[in-house]
Amino acid sequence: MADKQLACMTCQPKGLCGGRGLLTLKDGAWANNPLAIQILGICSALAVTNRLENSLVMGAALIFVCVGSNLLVSLLRKHTPHRIRMIAEVAIIATFVILFDQFLKAFYWDMSKQLGPYVGLIITNCIVMGRAEAFALQNPPILSIVDGVANGLGYAAILAIIGFFRELLGTGEIFGYKVLSGQWYTPNQLMILAPGAFFALGIVIGIFNAIKGPEPEVKK
Amino acid sequence: MSETSALVIFIAAIFTNNILLTNFLGMCSFIACSGQIRTSIGLGTAVTFVLTMTTAINYAVYYGILISAEEAAELGRAAPLISTDLTHLQFIVFIAVIAAFVQLVEMFVERFSPRLYFALGIFLPLITVNCAILGASLFMIIRKYSFIQSIGFGLGAGIGWAVAIVLLAGLRQKMRYSNIPEPFEGVPIAMVVTGVLAMVFMGFAGMVSIQ
Repeated sequence: MADKQLACMTCQPKGLCGGRGLLTLKDGAWANNPLAIQILGICSALAVTNRLENSLVMGAALIFVCVGSNLLVSLLRKHTPHRIRMIAEVAIIATFVILFDQFLKAFYWDMSKQLGPYVGLIITNCIVMGRAEAFALQNPPILSIVDGVANGLGYAAILAIIGFFRELLGTGEIFGYKVLSGQWYTPNQLMILAPGAFFALGIVIGIFNAIKGPEPEVKK
Repeated sequence: MSETSALVIFIAAIFTNNILLTNFLGMCSFIACSGQIRTSIGLGTAVTFVLTMTTAINYAVYYGILISAEEAAELGRAAPLISTDLTHLQFIVFIAVIAAFVQLVEMFVERFSPRLYFALGIFLPLITVNCAILGASLFMIIRKYSFIQSIGFGLGAGIGWAVAIVLLAGLRQKMRYSNIPEPFEGVPIAMVVTGVLAMVFMGFAGMVSIQ
């Protein structure tokens, strides 16, 4: 019920996004957070979060790819035969990933080196594919963009949180600046190694669950 | 890099550089399908097979077609069929190869071994979007493996993935009887347990090392 009231505060009914903009935004970024609730796309969430900087770039990459592919899939949704929709989606997603990868290689070579294969692996990131399949195929372009932004943001936010704590606890630095003084804080190397990633993500998801409360009984 | 023997790469890919526990690839199906030991063995087998084969095919495609003539000459390899640099297309080509291969295997298995098809049936389509498969192909390119090394790496990565998922499935079966704080039930605790597993595998670190 609250969702319905929230829905039309900015958009006029029948406005650009059919009055569902805010609801879509909230759903993607919080209530149905792709990472913490749906547990999608965790590979990259674990792999690139050893530094806050990497996490932010990865978040930006996902927002870009998600918005782009949602828009294109949505624009083409009436012309795509149902049988070949998967391969069409993969092709569209791969196009945007290649764009971003080439951009990184051209302007941020160091970052591109650090992220390694994980930029390319956005293609197999279930979030992008999931949104294209579950949302963009049924909804008009503008709303699909909103959905792409929402899910991208939801993913980027969690990545930033994990990246922040892993870098802080693992090295005592943020963005390479010393925050926790070496006099009293011994950096815990474990946090920037592989196990730290698993612990951090597990704990973040657990906390997310605790804040959100138990899953309400499904009202179908 | 090119000096390392394929056997060393094979061992390293299973233990020290486990594709799941150190590179975090294939996590989605790892978490989703590790409920029971039997299903995880099925999935592990399918992933190992597809991973090895697609690494080999992608190797041939990359060095036979995509790579530019100059780069091939620099690496001391035979000239590719198309001399233009097409490496920016590697993502889309690799994923297409993987999807096509999985489709092919599915049809083949369905035709010749219906029993195996029913055992593996649901896992095969899932494999297309398993990032371990694409990731292994990308690592193979980044680390500049030779053909034999690539096969060793593909096989090792697949077996390493299978070992990890079977281990986690066993642990999760045991965990059903333990008392876990409510918000941590299910996925979060599986993550934390995987973290412990990753720590255990770090113990192998001194054994062999690649990269």
